[in-house]
Amino acid sequence: MRVSLFITCINDSLFPDTGRAVVRVLERLGHQVEFPLAQTCCGQMHHNSGYHDDAVGLVRRFVDTFQDAEAIVIPSTSCTAMVRGQYPYLAKHVAKDEGLLRAVEVMAPRVFEFSEFLTQKLGLSDVGAYYPHRVTYHSSCNSLRSLHLGDGPLTLLRHVSGIDLVELPNNRECCGFGGTFAVKNAETSTAMLTDKMRHILSTGAEICTAGDNSCLMHIGGGLSRQRTGVRTVHLAQILASTAEEPWA
Amino acid sequence: MSASFPTRAADGLRNTQQRRNLAKATNTIRGKTAKVTAELPDWEALREAGKAIKREAHARLDHYLLQLEEMVIKAGGHVHWAADAAEARSIIVRLTKDAGTDQVIKIKSMTTDEIELNPALEEAGIRPYETDLADMIVQMAREKPSHLLVPAIHKNRVEIRDLFRAEMGEHGTGLSDRPPDLTRAARAYLRQKFMETKVAISGANFAVAETGTVGVVESEGNGRMCLTLPQVLISIMGIEKVLPRFDDLSVFLQLLPRAATGERMNPYNSLWTGVHAGDGPREFHLVLLDNGRSKILADEVARETLHCIRCSRCLNVCPVYERAGGHAYDSMYQGPIGAIVTPQLRGLEEAGSLPYASSLCGACHEVCPVKINIPQILVHLRGRVVREGHAGKGEALAMGVAARMFGNQGALDWSLWAGRLGQKLLMRDGALPWLPPPLSGWTLSRDFPALPAESFRDWWQKREEK
Ligand code: SF4
Repeated sequence: MRVSLFITCINDSLFPDTGRAVVRVLERLGHQVEFPLAQTCCGQMHHNSGYHDDAVGLVRRFVDTFQDAEAIVIPSTSCTAMVRGQYPYLAKHVAKDEGLLRAVEVMAPRVFEFSEFLTQKLGLSDVGAYYPHRVTYHSSCNSLRSLHLGDGPLTLLRHVSGIDLVELPNNRECCGFGGTFAVKNAETSTAMLTDKMRHILSTGAEICTAGDNSCLMHIGGGLSRQRTGVRTVHLAQILASTAEEPWA
Repeated sequence: MSASFPTRAADGLRNTQQRRNLAKATNTIRGKTAKVTAELPDWEALREAGKAIKREAHARLDHYLLQLEEMVIKAGGHVHWAADAAEARSIIVRLTKDAGTDQVIKIKSMTTDEIELNPALEEAGIRPYETDLADMIVQMAREKPSHLLVPAIHKNRVEIRDLFRAEMGEHGTGLSDRPPDLTRAARAYLRQKFMETKVAISGANFAVAETGTVGVVESEGNGRMCLTLPQVLISIMGIEKVLPRFDDLSVFLQLLPRAATGERMNPYNSLWTGVHAGDGPREFHLVLLDNGRSKILADEVARETLHCIRCSRCLNVCPVYERAGGHAYDSMYQGPIGAIVTPQLRGLEEAGSLPYASSLCGACHEVCPVKINIPQILVHLRGRVVREGHAGKGEALAMGVAARMFGNQGALDWSLWAGRLGQKLLMRDGALPWLPPPLSGWTLSRDFPALPAESFRDWWQKREEK
């Protein structure tokens, strides 16, 4: 299949390894990856902060860039939720543009979060990965409650050979990131993060993974600040790792 | 803007007693409500039905309200229309004075809190006594409620004992902090009030247009006393609470207790229609309050806010509420529902920090018995905060810059280049432990990752060139 990658602005600038991992997994599975250079940001930060007119500009840009794609894959649960769940709101209530609304609705069924593409579009549970580490999985709120991915990502992890997968207690609770919430309500966000870290540390895992680098930037930033010795790694990087070519 | 949510939350976050109370209580109630909602095979259908009834009622609100008025009057009651809080206060004060009394008993007072009735009564020389146990505790302590259904959730029993000793006269003397003793003292104290008071003021959970029936549900029975013993009953209700048909109660009397307290049925469900000779109050007044509600109704996205049946389930699952506590919301409506309803009632200039008091995790939307999409309404209200000019100037500037950066690939490349250069000053061990304000909120508890030398785009383009 011809897959168009929307990398997301955070991954592009701060976590390029995640993008490289996605490319490696998809190509290993025999798909052709395209990266439209006109892409920038889905507009989530502007949208969630209330800058809806700016967000509409980014919706239009996204639609122009991707509307002809066969499948659009996004290695971020929150950006996928933005495109599928919030673009219609912006088109309808902010832009008040029927044409744009139709365009985003027609595009939505071709937009996939990375793990969702593997499990639901391709019907895979084993992607041939090898990752000999003790890992716990944080299901992001968007994965659970916007995209309803359920156990999909965990199924992929369970089929990784060599992995020691441990369940994260209280897994349905938010980590406290919430975009600009982490800055505007830094103290409440910190209290939520502290509990999340306590649960992660209780598993004895060396790595905490998730399908979203924004949660992981927040969780990983806290784990690093506390010198816990635990790090965060995006799900795609675990799935990219093989016995022949382990992911660094 | 008055003190904002983050400032008030800071107090709650440091209050170890409250943190413990809330974590324990919300955790218990989450378990109970999850169990009794899961056991009903038609729970999802009930939620849909609840939502549909509210939609129908609000789509023809004028019709149903007029029908309600007609039926209440037919049954011997009186109906008063209050456009705002001031009008509602003056109606209730006048009715109380007309009854020739200087004290009233109260139950289910959320709406009376909204209109700030108690200070108005006191100013008129009338003493209000709250009779819901927790409301009474909060009133005695001269505090504000911190939970929709458990208003004194922030207090422990030693604090309550001391309060009763100080405030209850003979009933409080030598009191222990054992819950049965505390309840017994409250009971003795309140019975006296029930017997000697002529006027009761209540809220209402529902009113049925078809029959003119008004309803209050509660757990203690103190409400039942208030609704039946006094000679005059004044009930105040937001106009959004009207239900078209009596049968609609069958949906809400199932939804509410299961979502609220995790009970299958509410212990006391009081329904009354007008007045009856020889039974209950001699006089019944229903005050219908708008106070901003018709404005909320006019907002296509936010109008769902008015579906709320005040079950408090959204508070009990909210990770922000659990930690920041109810007082951070500076309102009788706390938690996720407070974060959307208060700014709409008071205006975004005054309460503009509330729509931001959420990580948008969606736990509230997932459990709300009438399926209010709270995260969507929060984001919608944030849009109004920005559009109406209540966002910080610095933030607006930064967002504008970011929008231009993302609007133009060249500008984005240039910004990344500048960022890599700038971060050299702040970098330690490959991460940034400190960022300047306003980003210093981030580095309060988190390192920030350094920008890698090569972006994904750079890597991709190099790869394509090969
Ligand atoms: S918003 Fe929903 S969950 Fe929250 S109190 Fe209202 S009805 Fe209950």
